Amino acid sequence: MALAESITTRAGTKLSAQHVQMAFSRDGKTTPVLNDVNLQVAKGEFLCIVGPSGCGKSTLLSAIGGFLSPTGGEIRIDGEVVSGPDPRRIFVFQERGVFPWLTVEGNIEFGLFKLAQRERRARVAHYIEMVGLRGFEKAYPSELSGGMKQRLEVARALAVNPDMLLLDEPFGALDSITRLIMRGELLGIWREERNTVIFVTHDIDEAVQLADRVAVMSGRPAGIQQTIDIDIAHPRDISAPRYLELRNGILEQLGIAHHV
Amino acid sequence: MSLLVRLRPFAFIAFLLALWQVTASRNSTHLLPGPWEAVGGLADLVRHGLLLKYVTASLFRVTWGFVAAAVLAIPLGLVIGWYRRFEMALNPLIQVFRPISPLAWIPIAILWFGVGDLSAMFLIFLSCFFPLLLTAINAVQRIPAVYVNAGRNFGLSPARLVYGVLFPAVLPELFTGLRISLGVAWLVVVAAEMIAVNSGLGFLIVDARNAGNRYDLVVAAMAIIGVIGLLLDIGMRSLEGARSLQWDYSED
Repeated sequence: MALAESITTRAGTKLSAQHVQMAFSRDGKTTPVLNDVNLQVAKGEFLCIVGPSGCGKSTLLSAIGGFLSPTGGEIRIDGEVVSGPDPRRIFVFQERGVFPWLTVEGNIEFGLFKLAQRERRARVAHYIEMVGLRGFEKAYPSELSGGMKQRLEVARALAVNPDMLLLDEPFGALDSITRLIMRGELLGIWREERNTVIFVTHDIDEAVQLADRVAVMSGRPAGIQQTIDIDIAHPRDISAPRYLELRNGILEQLGIAHHV
Repeated sequence: MSLLVRLRPFAFIAFLLALWQVTASRNSTHLLPGPWEAVGGLADLVRHGLLLKYVTASLFRVTWGFVAAAVLAIPLGLVIGWYRRFEMALNPLIQVFRPISPLAWIPIAILWFGVGDLSAMFLIFLSCFFPLLLTAINAVQRIPAVYVNAGRNFGLSPARLVYGVLFPAVLPELFTGLRISLGVAWLVVVAAEMIAVNSGLGFLIVDARNAGNRYDLVVAAMAIIGVIGLLLDIGMRSLEGARSLQWDYSED
């Protein structure tokens, strides 16, 4: 059943990265970070990118977001070459990019400046409700917990109705219980909104719990080593043999023994 | 208990004043007038209508010098900080001008503007300009990249990016810079008035000494300078405490 679902969602290509190269120059020295990255993401797909830390996962995501331009190859979204940041694809930042000088409401409203007042109000109310921040409308981020700030950032991103969400280790700074809750909430939101989600993480369990497909990156200069379909229906049983098999497969891909 | 605790610093000050009074009255060398004499001097100033006049004159100069510096230095600093190349080009110049005491400019100020308000204001302007410029440059450079990227991601126009992200992001730091500069301005005005003008609290101090060694007036003027400086700082701090400024990068 899950297999059928993932096949139907792959009806159209949302993103295609071809032969993407990325190199940073500093003090006359050039360091290659990405080497020949090829990736296709379908409309409405939930893709996780995993890889060793520092391998260039975040760099790839920044390039997809339009914050960095590849030094070679191209990234196309809906057939157009990505040339800069765009409100149709919102980047949710690792370091929590909520604006500390705005209230919860102010943050969610931030990207809605083109809408009429009434529509704005309605959206803000809707997304405050969705991420469970009702009662905190007038609170400043400094008064919120880490999990609430992360939910606020997701709400701010969703409010502009993007067709892609780019998440860079969004739950990395949260404690493990909050992280589990947030994964569930993110899946719930994704099922409701059906955006295309690209989720970067170094946590293999997180990837196998969330994704339709996991792209495994190799060490620097990184390419996509393999992509693995996660053919398990939601809600996923994390002790099921298939789950463990997929998880171990990814560990092996990364060259990590799963014995401690 | 809390009332007693709160009164403690005042009690201590009263004790010091009493000690001062006793020492001053027992000492015939008259190295320092006692507090009671200073109060007498203060009453004298009030009677002649000089106190309000001089305080107003000093505050007037500080206000204009400070406001002019803020209006010029802050936008300039924000622009310089945003464009790295500007900063690289201008930084050596700023670093050379910055350590020159504003007081060193007194002769030039008088040469350019004569003895009068304008000279004093120019000196105060100089004393605030460089600290504020550097504060603004640093504030821009310290804006976390995530805020700017988030702003760009939501499709903000450059103008909207400036007032929606850059400006609120630098505001807390600017306010701290403004508070410190105002303190410096208040220090400099006294020195400037000793040389460049014929009114104000600084002028009062040199004049009281030159015209008849009225040290009671000198001490009275010093006390007034201290109290006004304190009030200025309290005023700026209460502005800083405003709700929308109470965040800081560090708390995230």
